[in-house]
Amino acid sequence: TACYFVSVLFTADIISTVEFNYSGDLLATGDKGGRVVIFQREQENKSRPHSRGEYNVYSTFQSHEPEFDYLKSLEIEEKINKIRWLPQQNAAHFLLSTNDKTIKLWKISERDKRAEGYNLKDEDGRLRDPFRITALRVPILKPMDLMVEASPRRIFANAHTYHINSISVNSDHETYLSADDLRINLWHLEITDRSFNIVDIKPANMEELTEVITAAEFHPHHCNVFVYSSSKGTIRLCDMRSSALCDRHSKFFEEPEDPSSRSFFSEIISSISDVKFSHSGRYMMTRDYLSVKVWDLNMENRPVETYQVHEYLRSKLCSLYENDCIFDKFECCWNGSDSAIMTGSYNNFFRMFDRNTRRDITLEASRESSKPRAILKPRKVCTGGKRKKDEISVDSLDFNKKILHTAWHPMENIIAVAATNNLYIFQDKIN
Amino acid sequence: MSAEGPEPASAEEQKEMEDKVISPEKAEEAKLKARYPHLGQKPGGSDFLRKRLQKGQKYFDSGDYNMAKAKMKNKQLPTAAPDKTEVTGDHIPTPQDLPQRKPSLVASKLAG
Repeated sequence: TACYFVSVLFTADIISTVEFNYSGDLLATGDKGGRVVIFQREQENKSRPHSRGEYNVYSTFQSHEPEFDYLKSLEIEEKINKIRWLPQQNAAHFLLSTNDKTIKLWKISERDKRAEGYNLKDEDGRLRDPFRITALRVPILKPMDLMVEASPRRIFANAHTYHINSISVNSDHETYLSADDLRINLWHLEITDRSFNIVDIKPANMEELTEVITAAEFHPHHCNVFVYSSSKGTIRLCDMRSSALCDRHSKFFEEPEDPSSRSFFSEIISSISDVKFSHSGRYMMTRDYLSVKVWDLNMENRPVETYQVHEYLRSKLCSLYENDCIFDKFECCWNGSDSAIMTGSYNNFFRMFDRNTRRDITLEASRESSKPRAILKPRKVCTGGKRKKDEISVDSLDFNKKILHTAWHPMENIIAVAATNNLYIFQDKIN
Repeated sequence: MSAEGPEPASAEEQKEMEDKVISPEKAEEAKLKARYPHLGQKPGGSDFLRKRLQKGQKYFDSGDYNMAKAKMKNKQLPTAAPDKTEVTGDHIPTPQDLPQRKPSLVASKLAG
């Protein structure tokens, strides 16, 4: 299917996370400066028939500030690593946002009414002289311009020695997990002064450290199950019913490696940068440096599907190691029906794979294709030999233009692609 | 004895040569080792991981703070707004407005 440009939104700082809420009406972005910007989908508007599908700014707030840890002489970055929405339970919206050390629960609510006619104060707010008041009146609610307020409701701090890489809300809607490089903690959304440690892979002697936790997520339906991925390319599924401390996994997913093909880069490129359960809960997807793999939860010894994202980079690993790009952490996402997956690449390219037809497409999030309702042209990277017209050679790729964060609307084919400080919205049809 | 030319490569050497031809990854590895001969023996081993655990740590220099304070002399250091609890941006932290440091997390009593 075709992919149409809808809009591009600019943020002040580099976007570090993108997440649709459960209905897809709200889209949250976090950035390097600790800010959260929430976009809301435009409603049906007869006077502007093409506006539906556009997302406009709904609320902006400063979620995290830079902090200093004086004991360790460290500065703690305010960059938002992850945002996760809570399922909506009333008129207000709630989300969790986290930086390296602290998770915060934010309430975003609308105010469109204001009380007028107080007894003890004027409309300006000045106190009235109580002796001058001769009659009582009941304040009336009057409509006012919509105001969206964000307030921090909970602050979950001081539970992580290492850098938080993931947060995941449980299907019980009461608890959530937070994972850093070596530990995973379980929290109750109402309780901030206590969290339970459920995974601890810190060795007694740090010299023996061989792997770190790279991502973690709760199962979408089974509130006792979660998975975490490692820098060695393995995934462990844990069941919280089996023991309080889930250091021993219930399932261990690893693809066997051909020992003769092992190189210096093997472990680094096998490091999993993201893990996501399918909406169905039957599969999970992992992203490593060069590929995306789909795993059946019932089969631990190998993935059921493997998709090459940018295999042509395998012959560039040396320079990618030197410029640190080999450590870039790409995310991946499912569409609402789990029939397609998407992930980013370099040169502002992003890739989509159709699991049924096995077709894939490479598209570019760029200013050139940013005309309203413009259709995106598929891109192709030339890996060697003669470069065809419209192809781009591997050496011409801009490795500073990386698409690490993408999100897919939970029900429709609307996608959000973060390219540095630009947020692109694309969809599969024109309104 | 017939002249066969140079000695045929041993099986090991032959495999290595084949690897470089067949695997672009191994060719890249050779390139890297040529540029950095002292690169760790253990591929992606614990040195790399430990560096990762320290990623992005910026050090706050109390020396800088004291120097700035001395420079200011009689002038007042910009103080945080009275209702702000966080210390940010250009404001140089003073001991009074440091965030309260809470005790480190105790290991879960459920463990072991």
